[in-house]
Amino acid sequence: MTSSSGATAVSFQNVSRHYGAVKAVDDVNFDIRDGEFFAMLGPSGSGKTTCLRLIAGFEQPTAGHVVVHGVNMNGVPPYDRDVNTVFQDYALFPHMTVLDNVAYGLMIRKVPVAQRRQQAEEMLEMVALGGFGGRKPSQLSGGQRQRVALARALVNHPKVLLLDEPLGALDLKLREQMQVELKAIQRRVGITFVYVTHDQGEALSMSDRVAVFNQGKIEQLASPIELYEKPATTFVAGFVGISNLLEGAAARAATGAEQACSIRPEKIHLERSDAAIPADAMTARGRVSSILYLGANTRYEVALEGGGELTVTLQNREAHAEPAEGETVQLWWEARHLMRFAQ
Amino acid sequence: MTTTGAARPRSLSNSFSTFLYQRPRLVLALLLVPPLLWLGIIYLGSLFTLLAQSFFSIDDFTAQTIYEPTLATYARLFTATNLSIIFRTLAMASVVTVISGIIAFPLAYYIARFASGRMKALFYVAVMLPLWSNYLVRVYAWKLILAKEGAIHWSINSLGLGPVLDWILTLPVVEGSSLSTSYIGTTLTFVYIWLPFMVLPIQAALERVPRSLLEASSDLGARPNETFRKVIFPLAIPGIAAGSIFTFSLTLGDYIIPQLIGSSRPFIGQAVYQFQGTAGDIPMAAAFAMVPIVIMAIYLAIAKRLGAFDAL
Amino acid sequence: MRSKASPVSDRSKGQAGWGLKSAAWFGVLYLNLPILFIILYGFTTDDASYSFPPPGLTTQWFAVTWARADFWEALWLSVQVAFASMLIAMVLGTFAAAAMYRFKFFGKEAVTLLILLPIALPGIVTGISLRSAFSLGDVPFSYFTIVLGHATFCIVVVYNNAIARLRRSSPALIEASMDLGADTFQTFRHVILPNLATALLAGGMLAFALSFDEIIVTTFTAGQQETLPIWMFGELSRPRQRPVTNVAAIFVMIITFVPILAAYYLTRDTDDVAGSGK
Repeated sequence: MTSSSGATAVSFQNVSRHYGAVKAVDDVNFDIRDGEFFAMLGPSGSGKTTCLRLIAGFEQPTAGHVVVHGVNMNGVPPYDRDVNTVFQDYALFPHMTVLDNVAYGLMIRKVPVAQRRQQAEEMLEMVALGGFGGRKPSQLSGGQRQRVALARALVNHPKVLLLDEPLGALDLKLREQMQVELKAIQRRVGITFVYVTHDQGEALSMSDRVAVFNQGKIEQLASPIELYEKPATTFVAGFVGISNLLEGAAARAATGAEQACSIRPEKIHLERSDAAIPADAMTARGRVSSILYLGANTRYEVALEGGGELTVTLQNREAHAEPAEGETVQLWWEARHLMRFAQ
Repeated sequence: MTTTGAARPRSLSNSFSTFLYQRPRLVLALLLVPPLLWLGIIYLGSLFTLLAQSFFSIDDFTAQTIYEPTLATYARLFTATNLSIIFRTLAMASVVTVISGIIAFPLAYYIARFASGRMKALFYVAVMLPLWSNYLVRVYAWKLILAKEGAIHWSINSLGLGPVLDWILTLPVVEGSSLSTSYIGTTLTFVYIWLPFMVLPIQAALERVPRSLLEASSDLGARPNETFRKVIFPLAIPGIAAGSIFTFSLTLGDYIIPQLIGSSRPFIGQAVYQFQGTAGDIPMAAAFAMVPIVIMAIYLAIAKRLGAFDAL
Repeated sequence: MRSKASPVSDRSKGQAGWGLKSAAWFGVLYLNLPILFIILYGFTTDDASYSFPPPGLTTQWFAVTWARADFWEALWLSVQVAFASMLIAMVLGTFAAAAMYRFKFFGKEAVTLLILLPIALPGIVTGISLRSAFSLGDVPFSYFTIVLGHATFCIVVVYNNAIARLRRSSPALIEASMDLGADTFQTFRHVILPNLATALLAGGMLAFALSFDEIIVTTFTAGQQETLPIWMFGELSRPRQRPVTNVAAIFVMIITFVPILAAYYLTRDTDDVAGSGK
């Protein structure tokens, strides 16, 4: 999946960022490959945004090094880094036109006026905002401002583009559309994208690799498929998708071992209590406690007889067993789909 | 493999900028030191000089200041004459504050609750305009209006109420030959000058009362009077307290208004002015100037308890 | 609930009672009528008393005032003092606002208090303090001592305007500029200054007006010099040519209103200058 020349775009080497007693980023090590779409996913306060700001140069590490394309960035100010940022609130300059906003970086680098106009206009074309150059940012919609912010960063051809929850302020439809476009743009320009988000759907759908942050540390760094199918920790299992975590006695009842485990809702089969079940499957019995009809699928909450609760989603592709609330049912799944966690 | 530094060529300003970027504390110092030096040396320095002066005394014969620490000046401050000046000023400041509150509240309440659109802008300008017009000019306007031959006396005489006004002017505390030489005149002028300082914080406090709160109150069965007494007024108190800081403090320190309008009996401001000017007794003037500072310190402590600082 | 609003809640929403309405209007008239008398008396033919109604109207006092050299001297001194105070206040106020906005540091509250103190304490305290310090340090009273005093209480006006604008603009603007390659000075020139300019100008205008009007502190920090308010104060006690004071007052009102109106327009619609994305 990764367009790998094997080179490293950004490297975090034992990086910490502490604010007094608060460890926003705590001894983190990871590499971002050149040309990949890299997502930093986590709840707010997990350290993902601080990592982004460390790459941009808005923050300096308390310890360790941030290395961008082989150059140690400690003490290097933002304006000396070949890195550009798309800000969460876009941070468009309100006193400039859209075109001047996009051309700002070129103006600072003393690109001749005609040339910078042309490049800026081309970039506006690329984000589908051709002809909007004369407007002020205040005259644009949220989605349009977002594109201007993207164009303003990309026009400088940075080695790394940082995106700080860029779709957070948009409504759902627009957000989905922009996800597709962002991915397409990244493919086209071939620049390394580092994308910060708290939305697991966004991270999974766009990224080549995802780093899941929690409390200043990385819980897991993997491809979206691996993250979903083989979460390394209970935190990742819970943050990415529905976790269905079983612990202690409930785990023993369902799997025979007390080790914490989890199974994705769509991997579970749900049958009437008298139905036949494959001999090599893992099974559990329980009572349907709630039913949520979601159109494409239906979500069942099943309270297990051995304790604990599992969520099961069934595709509404064809008629299947439709148990009523309160009915006792059998659940089964293939052993290979069970995810076990070390405590 | 890793090297430190940047790829781009640097200009001088770029290098200096980077130098500063790596030293944020230095930037803070560069920004903060000039204003702090100015305010610290010129202003605080002066205030401390004043404080120091009040602990010196003046030689009765040579009229020279004796630069030895003493409490003699403070002892002289608390004579019957001076105490009556302080009392008079305090009384005036209190009366002015109360009257300002009474006139300001309905105005502020109307602007905050009922006026909207153009009307609101009009009222707002009507309050701001006098605040920013010349102080002396506005005091002078009242001298014109209150004079014996001026507009108010003329109107009252035209209505045939002249004897009533004359009778009021003979009352014990009021006494004066015309409004412009009586305490009534002084009070009217003080209230006029400081009124905007009272209106604005009250209005701000009332604007912050969410409409839903009033609806909730009436929804729960409160009549308008009760809503006003139990909900609106208590929430306006921080604003009133904030406004009163201004009206009280400004009245305490003013010496122009009582000099131009009112009886010849002095206020604190005039006393300070005369001690340093005609009498040349700077220690005494300094000690006298400490009076409003101390009174305001006490007043601010009380106002803070009423939440005045949140309403500023 | 809303559709069945009782007369009670209707009343609390829309209409004010006549009592409240007239009390509000009384306040407005009380605040604004007196100014009209100043203008009226600038045209009276009675130059020795304040008789109302004026016995006759004339425009001669404008010519008389125009011919008074001392009026022009005082006016010119006031303009010079106000201008110098404004410039000092703009520099120091901007520096203070930038420091207070950008940094957290120990003693920040104390600095805020120090900036506010010159307008929080009665003018006479500021005046007498400066005077006693000047005389103790044998500083001769002059144009400079007046400016020194005025700039001190003007700083807060510029500071308030600047910091209000800074707080309303997106903090990411500065980061965005540096991110796009601009160093501190380029960022200041291309982003901070254009965004702050109108607020600074407004603050400067208000500082000018404040200084131009000031009399209480000035009395203490001026020597023989007469600023316009001090000149007017002297005129008030002169028995003849009283309307000259009114004409001067009309001048003063015009001169202070221009910057105040300008400041109002400069800061009026800053919401879309604030640069928030949402």
